[in-house]
Amino acid sequence: MTLQVITANRLSDGVVVFRTAGGRWSARVEDAGVLDAGAAEAALAAGQADAVRPVVVGVYLVDVVPGRSGPVPVEFRERIRAQGPSVGVRGAFEVAAPALPGRAIQDEV
Amino acid sequence: MPLLRQGVAIEDAWTHLDDAAALPADAVAITVTGARWAAERDRLLARTGPLGVRLANSEAVDGVEGDLPRLGLIALHFPKFSDGRAYSQARRLRRLGFAGELRATGNVLQDQLLLMTRVGFDGFLMTAPDAERRYQAALAAYDHFYQPRRIVA
Amino acid sequence: MYRYDEFDRAFLEERVAQFRDQVARRLSGDLSEDEFKLLRLMNGLYLQLHAYMLRIAIPYGTLSSGQMRRLADVAERWDRGYGHFTTRQNIQLNWIRLEDAPDVIAALAEVDMHGIQTSGNCIRNVTADQYAGVAADEIEDPRVWAEILRQWSTNHPEFSFLPRKFKIAVTGAELDRAAIRVHDVGLRMRRDDAGAAGFEVVVGGGLGRTPLVGKTIRRFLPKDDLLGYLEAVMRVYNALGRRDNLYKSRIKILVHDIGPERMAEMVDAEFQAIQAEGGVSLDPELVGRIRAHFAPPVYAPAPVEPPELAALERADPAFARWRRTNTAAHREPGHAIVNLSLKPHGRPPGDATSAEMRAVADMADRWSLGEIRVAHEQNLVLPHVRQADLPEVWRAAQAIGFATPNIGHLTDIIACPGLDYCALATARSIPIAERLADRFRDLDRLHDIGPFRINISGCINACGHHHVGHVGLLGVDKAGEEFYQITLGGSAEEDTAIGRIVGPAVSSAEVVDAIERLVDTYVRIREPEETFLDTCRRVGNAPFKESIYAAA
Repeated sequence: MTLQVITANRLSDGVVVFRTAGGRWSARVEDAGVLDAGAAEAALAAGQADAVRPVVVGVYLVDVVPGRSGPVPVEFRERIRAQGPSVGVRGAFEVAAPALPGRAIQDEV
Repeated sequence: MPLLRQGVAIEDAWTHLDDAAALPADAVAITVTGARWAAERDRLLARTGPLGVRLANSEAVDGVEGDLPRLGLIALHFPKFSDGRAYSQARRLRRLGFAGELRATGNVLQDQLLLMTRVGFDGFLMTAPDAERRYQAALAAYDHFYQPRRIVA
Repeated sequence: MYRYDEFDRAFLEERVAQFRDQVARRLSGDLSEDEFKLLRLMNGLYLQLHAYMLRIAIPYGTLSSGQMRRLADVAERWDRGYGHFTTRQNIQLNWIRLEDAPDVIAALAEVDMHGIQTSGNCIRNVTADQYAGVAADEIEDPRVWAEILRQWSTNHPEFSFLPRKFKIAVTGAELDRAAIRVHDVGLRMRRDDAGAAGFEVVVGGGLGRTPLVGKTIRRFLPKDDLLGYLEAVMRVYNALGRRDNLYKSRIKILVHDIGPERMAEMVDAEFQAIQAEGGVSLDPELVGRIRAHFAPPVYAPAPVEPPELAALERADPAFARWRRTNTAAHREPGHAIVNLSLKPHGRPPGDATSAEMRAVADMADRWSLGEIRVAHEQNLVLPHVRQADLPEVWRAAQAIGFATPNIGHLTDIIACPGLDYCALATARSIPIAERLADRFRDLDRLHDIGPFRINISGCINACGHHHVGHVGLLGVDKAGEEFYQITLGGSAEEDTAIGRIVGPAVSSAEVVDAIERLVDTYVRIREPEETFLDTCRRVGNAPFKESIYAAA
């Protein structure tokens, strides 16, 4: 059975977000509400309503499989999108996360 | 649909004929397509009333070049706002000395009005409401242009 | 270098105010994403894989130390403390928040910078030879004309909605460092028989899905005719460029379809019409002011080949190697052009942190009259260094890791951001570049291999210029796995050529080994003084193909 989650970018800062079971948006894919085929369309419509409000932009469904700590996207592109770049911010690139109090991950909108 | 002429909403004084429509009385201001103009040019020029042409953006303006003094309106079309062919047609017509109304039709949006005025459009058939306010806002956005004042004569 | 005047600044302020209003309208829901997308793209703001990305133009690759410091500050305050220099002399910041974007572009406007026309179907940031104005082999500084083109093309009312984007590159030199034959329009300065300077006009080059080498449609165009002639090119393209298919809408397809002769005829006819109407006139006073901005700096007398240089070269072969590889001949005696390699082994090509940007700005102030250049190969350049200062510059570059002696060598890899950042990508580019740099980190080996260019693109759009790499790698997705298609024999210089595909794509796991076998084959079969490209042209793909697939 195909499992899916709903993703988008948050309008205000562009951060990749996932729709939780409670209808909120989280920056962590682990928080995403996992949907079976029967539930996906209705949840997608609800998510797209948030694009009209507007809170998020570019709402779509992503195929996932269950992982140890939550859903894991099937497609490589979506795994990178969920986890961030595989390179760059390390070594000489070790920089503090942007100083944005109250905007850490898990920020819900 | 609101029609603006130099920023002011007006009633359209023109009758826009399709290619099969019969010609109305001589005094009626009419526009025809570029194709009809080419086919019936002599007959149309014999009329006494105002004449206009509607050009598709794939048509060269050469077809009306010799008749510009006789034309009161040329309407150029934007099938999508992102299809910019009519900007070149408009600029060319103005440089050839066309002094009548140059009307933009089709997907005519607030954010392109300023560019359109700068290539010579002075009539705008818009779909959005409060067209006059949009026109004012669009033209107020910039007071500095690299063309024509700086680079292009 | 060019400094904005009151007019330029007033224009930019209007643009910032306009964008601030547009962002506010978007955040309030007044503008839909469809309506807003075009407006943000007109200011270089993309929505990428992870976040908004701001592409900032560095016109013709020239940057002041103050501008570099501002980029560092912006990256630190509103992004994650680093930026990516691109193949089109832009810098990209990958994590800009939409809410902050108006403040970011206001901060950039204070130092005469912006993202205008770094996106959209308009005339994009005009690029130039990174050695412009200082190259020993140059006819004239092409940046005078690049700046005139910048002004002419900015918010051009006729050419803001072309069939597709339009890229112009200019060079004034013999050696083509600006890749003019793979641009929509490439301009190369030449002299006519009377010795007057003008331009060769090349049209219809480009990479992407359909790589084509540009064709010369005018051998010599007097300089004063440049804008009129380009306006004719643009008008022909605007009228006839295809709009029914995104992938066939660049001018290269038009030129290819109708042929360069027909294109030249149509442009000439339009040019005659423009001339007959009075032409596109240039205000001589404005041209004079622009020219004055690019007047060569007043160099203090500098000793030529001071003896301590030769002494240090003998004492420290690493310095000698760096000087040979990373510096270039300067037109002014006693001076050198210094390349700072943004390809330290193990780092994403073209990236620099805020701290590094500030260090480069300090170096420019101390040793390069406050000026920096950005090369399309994604390196930085100090254009005005006294030979006597080279040892100090070398040590300072070493201190920030920008002294790797690899300019023009195998690890000086051009790479697009790839799937790590880009919404269009099908595979990653940066990790392959890092792994190749790691494999070839031995400098003796690197220099024995000699001039060698590897270009990597993460998708068919070819931002990493893979078609014109001596070796090109194109990332493709095969059933969810990253594979890389290999091309051989490409070049972006005077002898521009599109690389030939060598065979089936190679998996990510195998690609570095495959390249190493290919390089070993070259080293084994090359003739004396033969570069990889020479060998490749002499023997064709066959021996390399064999080695690439040997162990597969």
